[in-house]
Amino acid sequence: MGAPADFSVEERSDTGAVLRFAGDLNIATIGPIDTRLKSVDQTLALIDMSDVGHIDTVGAWIVHRLARDHGCDIVNLSESGSRLVDAVGKSDAGELERPHRPNVVTRVVGGTGEGVILAFTSMLAMLSFFGSIVRAMLAQAANPRRIRWAATVRHFELVGASALGIVGLMSFLIGIVIAQQGAVQLRQFGAEVFTVNLVGRLTLRELGVLMTAIMVAGRSGSAFAAQIGTMKLTEEVDAMRTIGVSPVEALVLPRVAAAVLMMILLAFYAMIVAMAGGAFLLWATLDLPIATFIVRIQEVVPIHDFYVGMIKAPVFGLIIALSGCYQGMQVRGNAEEVGARTTAAVVQGIFMVIVLDAFFAVFFTEIGWG
Amino acid sequence: MSAARQKECDVAIRITGLTNSFGEDVVHEDLSLDVFHGEILGVVGGSGTGKSVLMRSIIGLQVPDTGRIEVLGESILDGEEEDVSIRSRWGVLFQGGALFSTLTVAENVMVPLAEFYPEINSKLRREIALYKIALSGLPADAADKYPSELSGGMKKRAGLARALALDPDVLFLDEPTAGLDPIGAARFDELTLELQRTLGLTVFLITHDLDTLHEICDRVAVLADRKVIAIGTIPELLATDHPWIQEYFNGPRGRAAAVSHADEERRQNRFPAQSKSRGFKS
Repeated sequence: MGAPADFSVEERSDTGAVLRFAGDLNIATIGPIDTRLKSVDQTLALIDMSDVGHIDTVGAWIVHRLARDHGCDIVNLSESGSRLVDAVGKSDAGELERPHRPNVVTRVVGGTGEGVILAFTSMLAMLSFFGSIVRAMLAQAANPRRIRWAATVRHFELVGASALGIVGLMSFLIGIVIAQQGAVQLRQFGAEVFTVNLVGRLTLRELGVLMTAIMVAGRSGSAFAAQIGTMKLTEEVDAMRTIGVSPVEALVLPRVAAAVLMMILLAFYAMIVAMAGGAFLLWATLDLPIATFIVRIQEVVPIHDFYVGMIKAPVFGLIIALSGCYQGMQVRGNAEEVGARTTAAVVQGIFMVIVLDAFFAVFFTEIGWG
Repeated sequence: MSAARQKECDVAIRITGLTNSFGEDVVHEDLSLDVFHGEILGVVGGSGTGKSVLMRSIIGLQVPDTGRIEVLGESILDGEEEDVSIRSRWGVLFQGGALFSTLTVAENVMVPLAEFYPEINSKLRREIALYKIALSGLPADAADKYPSELSGGMKKRAGLARALALDPDVLFLDEPTAGLDPIGAARFDELTLELQRTLGLTVFLITHDLDTLHEICDRVAVLADRKVIAIGTIPELLATDHPWIQEYFNGPRGRAAAVSHADEERRQNRFPAQSKSRGFKS
């Protein structure tokens, strides 16, 4: 790509030090000589450009910077070259001060403090977001014509109906895994028959609803955050507000309603399918007839196990929808934010579900539903 | 002057027999177009006539069904994706600026520099970015801002700074003045013209802005019926009797732009020393 750039400095008695450039001075050739130019330590009196071939704005910038730093003149510059040097000279804003970076200790301590403050403020913000949802819900209850049926039903389909396949498959496999592992372990005590208790109680109380919640958080919580976040970016949410449509009513409530109601149905479905998986495995490996399994389930699983699962389901749905919609509404600025908020929605949703699940476990045992 | 003429006869972009289609929908059919060195070519056409598709074909983002495209003597379609040498010789300003939203303006300009010339050290890279940003008419403090903190006009200027990062020979501008206020649009036109003259650029400019066409374009290509139906200076285009061209330039907006341009010409003829507009080549 042309002749490589080069320069030489000669000491002349009449003028002083003269720097003579040679070759092409452009973006492709300038890299190697830039550092060498920095090491020129004598004060230059002239920059001679007579041997320079092609020059572009990067070359012009180098020449301009050298002339500026040494306070010297440029001679024998071609017409186009001097136009470029003039243009970049006019665009020389001087070095901008880069923002000062504090040292590591300050940054770590400051970061920790900011994290704590952020945790508390976002907890408050989420609480107020929940408040605005309750208020919107009351407003809609007072005036049922404002309920957005079409959007709500649409989200029923997205959150509920289209999740049936994956939730069903997952639950069936969970049921199989519990039954198989249970059978292997209990066989050591000759107590294989208690596998039925294990499958029934575990799926109804814990795993049916918990795994469904994790699946819904991954499928729908993330979708809520991404959808609302993108709408925030494209100013759709602002447009809604100006038209007088409350984004909480139009966007958040249908999603919350869908997540709460569909979690109940999906959790119930997951419980049944998981037990079917367990029954299938026991029939296949222990020759336990399906009918016997059903009878045994009715005998050994207390009905309150089913209630425990069904009480948890809508709460988990609410948590997932809340964190999804809340994180979506927090999106500001750029596309990266949508990704970050979507991740936050899922992580926060699953984390809160598991924390709450632990609370529920203690609570229900305390009230005698152990 | 003859040297300049000679230079203009060099073809910077040559398109021959270009056909583009999306399924059933044929956008271009046997389209041919030459863009000369050092000219500003305006491309106009109704919505959906494939102006942007044409630009995307030239810069290799859209692979045409048939046809041949040469930029600065190199064929775009024969080369493989990794053949990037030609990509360092053009700069593209997309309609919305298409700035990388997670980088500051200065970092945006530094991306192509780092990509093509990693041997340039980061200090010089930043200096280059800063003067390109100033060259594009942005204030110095815009350099460390993020695109979301800029207004629409500033985003376009920042996009222009990035397009100019590698000192390209050819500059592609997709509706640079769309969405700008008239003052901002006029400033952007001036900037384009000034940069084109100082840096000796060839400019391929898609626009709907009649003022831009009158003020800075050397020639105008009209896209319609899947082809370039006419190309030339505005007076030459007006001499054709294609109904779309007549309606375009002689509609109420077209006439207003022509009148204001003629006024300016007259003013400048009276004070030739202040003349800035280059007018048309006949």
